[in-house]
Amino acid sequence: MSDKKLHIAQMRSPLGRVRGMGSAKQGSHHWWIQRVTSIALLPLMLWFTLSVATMGGISYVETIAWIGHPLNAALLLLTVGIAFHHTASGLQVLIEDYVADEWKRTAAVLLIKGACLLLAVLSAVAVLKIAI
Amino acid sequence: MALTNNARDATMMGRRTDGTVIRRPLSPHLQVYDMLQITSGLSISHRITGSIWAGGLLFMVWWLVAAAAGPGPFATAQWFFSSFLGMLMLFGLSAAAWYHTLAGIRHLMWDAGYGYDLPTTHRTGRAVLIGTGVLTVLTWLIVIIAWG
Repeated sequence: MSDKKLHIAQMRSPLGRVRGMGSAKQGSHHWWIQRVTSIALLPLMLWFTLSVATMGGISYVETIAWIGHPLNAALLLLTVGIAFHHTASGLQVLIEDYVADEWKRTAAVLLIKGACLLLAVLSAVAVLKIAI
Repeated sequence: MALTNNARDATMMGRRTDGTVIRRPLSPHLQVYDMLQITSGLSISHRITGSIWAGGLLFMVWWLVAAAAGPGPFATAQWFFSSFLGMLMLFGLSAAAWYHTLAGIRHLMWDAGYGYDLPTTHRTGRAVLIGTGVLTVLTWLIVIIAWG
């Protein structure tokens, strides 16, 4: 009888194994989204950098017209949103690696996420105010 | 008295054969680790340039908000970006951004399962450094040509 009990090597349910969430309940979502946002940012940041690099000396009215163009405004909204999402998840990993104290770590992660969200919304409002 | 502050500390606590509590020694760390080898040097640089870019995003927010706020605030932003300090910071930011982009592509290549052997790692590492220099110079050539 006791021999039989020793053969229970797997304590996880088949459903738990299939979901693959691990002990953190989140699985690979954070890691994956960091990669997805990085790939999305490659063309977006290249477009933004080339655009502002060729803007030296242009007037306020010309700048407003550029930001207000529907295509530019849409791409700016995507750039701002995805850039701050990627930044928040990247800085979160740095904090989790280097801040040992749990209270300080949690507070710092929440602060970073809040700041990134605020800055992203602020930029989006600015773009929409010009574009609409 | 609590022996440990958190779960990580708990793994560092040990006992001698006579029962007295000791803190286990750490494995060799920053003070003996050669940070100038290309593998670890580029690795920490990826984190540093990512942090720099995070700060650099504030420039983009400032630029957009200033444009939305009106000609006055926009002129102030323009004045800063075209000042010596502003241009210096934008130059540094562009170099950091290109580095983070190229090193990021190198990371995506690793994530896809390619380029783990040491000769390839060294080759792609050098490519990231050279590429950063070339693309940063190219970016500012575009700035100068468009401005002039």
